[in-house]
Amino acid sequence: MQDAYIPMSKVRILVGTRKGGFILTADGRREHWDISGPHFAGWEIYHLKGSPAQPDRLYASQSSGWFGQVMQRSDDGGRTWEAVGNDFRYEGTPGSHKWYDGTQHPWEFKRVWHLEPAPADPDTLFAGVEDAGLFRSADGGLTWHELAGLRSAKGQLWQPGAGGMCLHTIMLDPNEPRRILVAISAAGVFRTDDGGVTWRPANRGLKSPYELPDPDAEVGHCVHRIAMHPSRPEVLFMQKHWDVMRSDDGGESWREVSGNLPSDFGFPIQVHAREPETVYVVPIKSDSEHYPPEAKLRVYRSRTGGNEWEALTNGLPQRDCYVNVLREAMSVDTLEPCGVYFGTTGGQVYASADDGDTWTAIVRDLPAVLSVEAQTLP
Amino acid sequence: MIRVALPYHLRTLARVDGEVRLELGGPATIGAVLDALEARHPVLRGTIRDQVTLRRRPFVRFFARKEDLSNESATTTLPDAVATGVEPFFIVGAMAGG
Repeated sequence: MQDAYIPMSKVRILVGTRKGGFILTADGRREHWDISGPHFAGWEIYHLKGSPAQPDRLYASQSSGWFGQVMQRSDDGGRTWEAVGNDFRYEGTPGSHKWYDGTQHPWEFKRVWHLEPAPADPDTLFAGVEDAGLFRSADGGLTWHELAGLRSAKGQLWQPGAGGMCLHTIMLDPNEPRRILVAISAAGVFRTDDGGVTWRPANRGLKSPYELPDPDAEVGHCVHRIAMHPSRPEVLFMQKHWDVMRSDDGGESWREVSGNLPSDFGFPIQVHAREPETVYVVPIKSDSEHYPPEAKLRVYRSRTGGNEWEALTNGLPQRDCYVNVLREAMSVDTLEPCGVYFGTTGGQVYASADDGDTWTAIVRDLPAVLSVEAQTLP
Repeated sequence: MIRVALPYHLRTLARVDGEVRLELGGPATIGAVLDALEARHPVLRGTIRDQVTLRRRPFVRFFARKEDLSNESATTTLPDAVATGVEPFFIVGAMAGG
């Protein structure tokens, strides 16, 4: 009789790796997975994401050190793909940002890190790029236009870290379409309330004593990832380079909620699909040693919105584990119980179908995983 | 008629098997070949040369008749054997590991 309670839904996991994209699908039980791919074999797939309005509409960022950026779109859930526009031109004279030697360096497009389809329109999406910029397409990815006001938010002071100056997080407020929050590696959080015309830094409360000469600087903080629950867009959770942070006012101010984590360094952060105070992180030993503390791969869950964290280890390797979990590589589905998914630089994609209590590897030997996105399908 | 040999990833992207054959309206220069190639296969725009500056991407090479033409200007005329389709114009991904 238990089957009667299992929805006839399906879960699709979009996995971007260093050498191609993979699509993992299962029914609502999430026990048996089909794996398709590699899509775009041999290319770096930084991110794939589906449209909330039309879930079979997928977008993919395909890039290569040889051949640059290609954008792909699918209208059948990833079975077939069509290349769309890849002309990412910064508006006007691109200007310059701070370079490694302290001089000013002109903005140069390198790749698309993150895609964020709009909630209601499958043809509208945003792309976060390196060198940091935000682009918007209103025609399904055929053409792209920069929201250049972002770079006026002290862009001349932004300086790339070792991972590149990438715009990796785009948060669209489900209640207020004119409000967008973005995060840029080694620059920080920026917010617009007018649909992207004007932007301001939103980094008050972040402290970076080991990375910046002024620990409280207005810009320059190395934000790794931000997550929110759609029912409460003003509450934000952040994994910073060091420190797990929380904002209750849409990024106006931040406070630390690292609490009892074994390390507060890490990359991804996610919020449970139905419990807005349940948050997941994957602690990493340090910025010098990008692998799990004590070589034990542990997801940490807080059910109190931070500060109090519990280790989730059941099914995860608890010895000799030296993988990393990158900032885009964690996601949740919306089923009951909540499915939680993450991918590692060792090529495993782990899944939990019970809020994180137990884990299994869906697949173990993919190329290094760059991104994981879960879609819950009817 | 010009024969263009593309690297594996660009053949896949453009969905072509073997060489691409192009008819040029004017002189057979490197730039004219790339213009015609991109006109035939728009998906290749930006993958061989930058869309704004039209400069060759750093890890793409142009070879013809055992010569490296990568650093020649776009107005450089191709050798007769390439311009007449006896030999192909090679677009190659530079060697790299990883």
